[in-house]
Amino acid sequence: MAVVKKFDTKLAEGDMTSLIDMVFQLIIFFMVLINFSQEDQNEKIKLPSSELAKPAEAPLENPIVLNLDFSGSVYLGSETTSVEGLRPLLQVEADALKAKGLAAKDANIIIRAHQNTPGGKVQDLIKKCQEVGYEKFALRALEDRR
Amino acid sequence: MAMKFKSNAPEKAEMQLTSMIDVIFLLLIFFIMTFKISAQEGDFNVKMPIGGGQGAMDTTNIPIKLRLKANPDGGLADIVVDETRSFENDFTKLRAYILQLTGGNAPPNPEEGPEIEIDLDYNLRYVHVIEAITAVTGQRQGDQIERLVERIKFAPPRKPN
Repeated sequence: MAVVKKFDTKLAEGDMTSLIDMVFQLIIFFMVLINFSQEDQNEKIKLPSSELAKPAEAPLENPIVLNLDFSGSVYLGSETTSVEGLRPLLQVEADALKAKGLAAKDANIIIRAHQNTPGGKVQDLIKKCQEVGYEKFALRALEDRR
Repeated sequence: MAMKFKSNAPEKAEMQLTSMIDVIFLLLIFFIMTFKISAQEGDFNVKMPIGGGQGAMDTTNIPIKLRLKANPDGGLADIVVDETRSFENDFTKLRAYILQLTGGNAPPNPEEGPEIEIDLDYNLRYVHVIEAITAVTGQRQGDQIERLVERIKFAPPRKPN
């Protein structure tokens, strides 16, 4: 006698709980690691590396980030100029500090220069900043842990 | 007469998860695409008031003069300290000399101690300037950094003729 097996035709539903758990964990991982503080960085700048360049324990006070590329262009925020044409932009920053009751010498100029930029250009940049009254400079380099 | 009773067993409430999973996957893709592994950055602090870069006025505290000479393509040709000692392009020898000068003991206050004035050829690549600063400011020993010279300044730029 032939036996007819009856199959259950209900829709098979996979258990999604563990998948959702895992995806949430991945999202949390990426959210924690995302670094919005890199917004001042410029893709065109390849920094030199140094074994002594350790990240600062506390962020610098009143930072002004200047990116200097190989051709001598300076990037300050969304503005691009040459070293010679930087003075008006630095003056605007100095005026903003003055409005807060501070002086240009209270600011920290962070110089992010491309590793192949002529060193003299960096000196010119420092000199331009000095003319406006800035005194404190931070030469930025990549941490090299070799 | 037989009575019909409705079953009181609670029905399993099922949430529609499809749209939520869609959104979560979109978020995941966003974070994966924007994720960038980048090395940490650190700073070398240079304090240079307007008069400070033009040579030392205080003759009692004359800075060590570090001259970096470049070849035509911007590479490092020679390292000269105080116009007398040449280290060719060897930063290890320069560090050993600075270690000998300072005795390996940096003062607790970074404002004190010896000062180095870096005088470089205009076309010298910036990477060599950072190498020189690295060599004179300290050395890494495991996870510790032994500080040598904290005060660094630049001589006026040598404009190309």
